[in-house]
Amino acid sequence: MDAKVINKTPFVSTRNACKMCAPLGSSLAFKGVEGCTPLIHGSQGCSTYVRRYLISHFKEPVDIASSNFTQEATIFGGGTNLKLALDNVKSQYKPKIIGISTTCLSETIGDDVSSILMDYREIPGNENTAYVHAQTPSYQGSHADGFHEAIAALVKQFARRGEANGKTVLLGGLMSPADLRYLKEVMQAMQMPFVLLPDYSETMDNPHWDEYKLIPEGGTTMEEMEEMGNARAFIQFGEVLNKGRLAGRVSGSHHVVSAGDILQKEFSVTGYHIPFPIGIDNSDLFFDALKNISGKELPAEIAKERGRLIDAYVDGHKYIFGKKAMVYGEEDFVIALTGFLTEIGIDPVIIATGGESKLFEQRIREKTGTENSIVLSGGDFEQMAEYARQIGLDLIVGHSKGYYIARELGIPMVRVGFPVHDREGGQRLLHLGYRGSNQLFDTIVNAVIQQKQDNSPVGYKYM
Amino acid sequence: MISKNKNKKHVPNPEEFKEELLKKYPLKVAKKRAKGILVNDPKDTGMEIQANVRTIPGIITQRGCTYAGCKGVILGPTRDVVNIVHGPIGCSFYAWLTRRNQTKPPTAQDPNYIPYSFSTDMQDSNIVFGGEKKLKDAIQDAWDLFKPRSIAVFSTCPIGLIGDDIHAVCREKKAELGINIFGFSCEGYKGVSQSAGHHIANNKIFSDVIGIDLTLPRAGKFVINMMGEYNIGGDSFALESYFEEMGVTLKATFSGNSTIESYESAHDVDLNIVMCHRSINYIAEMMEKKYGIPWFKVNFIGAQATAKSLRRIAEYFGDEEVMAKTEALIARELESVKAVANKVKPLVQGKTAMMFVGGSRAHHYQELFRELGIETIAAGYEFAHRDDYEGRRVIPDIKIDADSRNIEELKVVKDKVSFKDSLVEKKKALKDKNFEFENYEGMMPEMSKNSLVIDDISHWESELLIEKYKPDIFCAGIKEKYVVQKNGIPLKQLHSYDYGGPYAGFVGAINFYNEMERMLCTDIWKMIDAPWKNEPVCVGSVVEE
Ligand code: SF4
Ligand code: SF4
Repeated sequence: MDAKVINKTPFVSTRNACKMCAPLGSSLAFKGVEGCTPLIHGSQGCSTYVRRYLISHFKEPVDIASSNFTQEATIFGGGTNLKLALDNVKSQYKPKIIGISTTCLSETIGDDVSSILMDYREIPGNENTAYVHAQTPSYQGSHADGFHEAIAALVKQFARRGEANGKTVLLGGLMSPADLRYLKEVMQAMQMPFVLLPDYSETMDNPHWDEYKLIPEGGTTMEEMEEMGNARAFIQFGEVLNKGRLAGRVSGSHHVVSAGDILQKEFSVTGYHIPFPIGIDNSDLFFDALKNISGKELPAEIAKERGRLIDAYVDGHKYIFGKKAMVYGEEDFVIALTGFLTEIGIDPVIIATGGESKLFEQRIREKTGTENSIVLSGGDFEQMAEYARQIGLDLIVGHSKGYYIARELGIPMVRVGFPVHDREGGQRLLHLGYRGSNQLFDTIVNAVIQQKQDNSPVGYKYM
Repeated sequence: MISKNKNKKHVPNPEEFKEELLKKYPLKVAKKRAKGILVNDPKDTGMEIQANVRTIPGIITQRGCTYAGCKGVILGPTRDVVNIVHGPIGCSFYAWLTRRNQTKPPTAQDPNYIPYSFSTDMQDSNIVFGGEKKLKDAIQDAWDLFKPRSIAVFSTCPIGLIGDDIHAVCREKKAELGINIFGFSCEGYKGVSQSAGHHIANNKIFSDVIGIDLTLPRAGKFVINMMGEYNIGGDSFALESYFEEMGVTLKATFSGNSTIESYESAHDVDLNIVMCHRSINYIAEMMEKKYGIPWFKVNFIGAQATAKSLRRIAEYFGDEEVMAKTEALIARELESVKAVANKVKPLVQGKTAMMFVGGSRAHHYQELFRELGIETIAAGYEFAHRDDYEGRRVIPDIKIDADSRNIEELKVVKDKVSFKDSLVEKKKALKDKNFEFENYEGMMPEMSKNSLVIDDISHWESELLIEKYKPDIFCAGIKEKYVVQKNGIPLKQLHSYDYGGPYAGFVGAINFYNEMERMLCTDIWKMIDAPWKNEPVCVGSVVEE
């Protein structure tokens, strides 16, 4: 049965949310640190749900511990549970770092995690492990906020002042392991020394092992994180980051800074703030920044990739021009995707995110240059569906959760971002750079062609 | 198959294995863990396993939370109730269509709200100032949108803490809207696992839904409820067709392919059959007290088990026609089962399985494996209690701890109107003929000597188990899947069925046999070792200039 079609959405409740909760994001970011075991400080369900969700997308082991609150812990505070959890994680996993995320519950109780950790560090035997804490109550932000909160916490804790090392820091966003591998490949091709944080390109997309590894190999090392303080420059992808809550309906109770803010203000590292490099424009900004930082020309191979992408645009334009699309996901990702869709001639008529930053709409309007598209900040799938039914769409670009709308409307859907749990290979989707954009472009064009072909009375096989 | 496993079966000494497993833990933790790990002796009825106790913080468990058991498991598969999760967004999002319970509304016009995930999506200010107002509005939203028959509200951890009175809100809106609205205080921290949530759900459905509709005529001549069957992968559909063929009317299933509407008159039946004892025995017991409806345990996993269970239902009614139809059904179906078993069994016989899952599946699926000649060498539940391991006879001895005290025990009295003395008499007469009721012997008496029984197995423990025992197949859930497969052992998901199923009934047995053939006879694991690993890189000679 369908929800009624309504022009305006006066609803208070969130119906089919387009966001996940903050500890999911922070735990994913912690998975991108070498030797790190994430721990969620709260009741065990949050940790189990987050694991389950990450696993169904990445299809990898994802070990996230929990401090496992009881009713008593809820009343008297979770300090004892947290310490016990840390003891046990250390004895089983021997991690170098434990990345702790607080849940709605422990934040509401008001557990002072930093002072609990301070006490804990004092106990002999505990000093050899590092403990990082990201404050991630989900009533203040989505999984994207949580993700960037963790990165900021890591930079804050580990970046050191010292001798200049000439490195370029890449502060990643919610990207796929394939995206992260691509970024590293580009840096290697440019022969630019770099630090990528977080780097779950291996840990969340492991090869088959000969021997089981409790903590998968790979990830940003502690030394690399220390080096960030003396880097030559940093590139931060996206600009909403963990500031969603600041610009949202409720102002944050504490001052929110992004990882880039810390590097810029406390370590005077030069910052480049650019969107996710999706599409020609956005990718140009990225490669331009690399050129600026390194003073080097782009390797011929990358220039060729750009050329191929343009070529593809020219070839495929006739199939997709003017098609109406709906796109949704995390703010920074959607901002870049919208730019890309506009660039290839698709008309993004519904652009939505579950995040709540006011920046979102502003940036989207700049990208599309129109006031006519529906931009939903703090939106949910039912709102999207209501609009979609009225507007009429040709295509949906987003993660698996919007599939039901595509199904209802009988239109094609291109799966991007996270979570993709109704297809194989979500972890290997490449979105970034000229190469990723080209793959994305081909997928979109083919989805449109297939729709046309499937519904054609003739059955052309020469398009 | 797996080249690594070619030279077994060297089975480690289970006592030594247990010792090694515990060595890793700090002393205090090891002491506690030791009680949850047993080397089985099916003849020894004095063996006691520790179950349904808190997972130790920092130990990575399979378990979910109370809310997951309440909303996800029990209420999730019911299609005509709008479920509103009161709390921040995550709890609701993660439970949105993530179990593969199927449902089939009779027509496209009949309500099905399962695809929807409603949340109050609590924000900062709601946490500070309370969320009751928002909850009221959310209930109103659901009403405005769907005009549903009933609305259920689920409270998550932060809500319990800020003290919103969801029950007062439900009462108020119920009076205002004139539909049934009920709330569950199923905050995640309330209990040890999902199990606490099952109990909370059972209580509320019993007190607020079952038997509130006294207007309907009886549904048929021989009427039953099926309990603890959740229609994962279409299991219930298979079973529904059997009952129909037997001439037995299925009034309600708790809760696969179900409606709240059917629960409202579910008191008007002759028998409750219980599939998953863990999650639903509370309702079965309470219904017997209140309405006199007898219950017994069934198992539809495995062809022989299915035949046995169907026979028992027919025998309960003692009707010649029902019995004849049942026998005809069994004979016909077993024929097709046999054909597939004959093909698959020779290929997989002698292999070993492990299963760590749920509160009944780790037991039930051993049947299916046995039918294929596969032995279960280690098993355990994720959220069961002692009675699911050792049998219901231990229930009086189970210690009541702080966690179990959190959950209300309803006071149930005989219903003056609907209690059926005739059923009590029927039960007595059958009992005199050794027909068993309220029976569940548990998993351990059916497992072989020296097999391992491990409750609430941790991630780390399963890794060691695999390393030492190298089973041919491991059954668990999605969280364990990739851990186990990275070890070169195929994992079959018994929560979601890996997108397969049904596995219940005769058709389920056939599906499962075929699935085992696919999983156990694949060549993929042989490809793990690249050829250059064992051979010299360069074959042939190098020509030097
Ligand atoms: S907050 Fe509580 S109810 Fe929600 S997922 Fe976590 S443990 Fe479960
Ligand atoms: S309580 Fe908060 S952290 Fe836990 S699952 Fe719910 S939204 Fe996520």
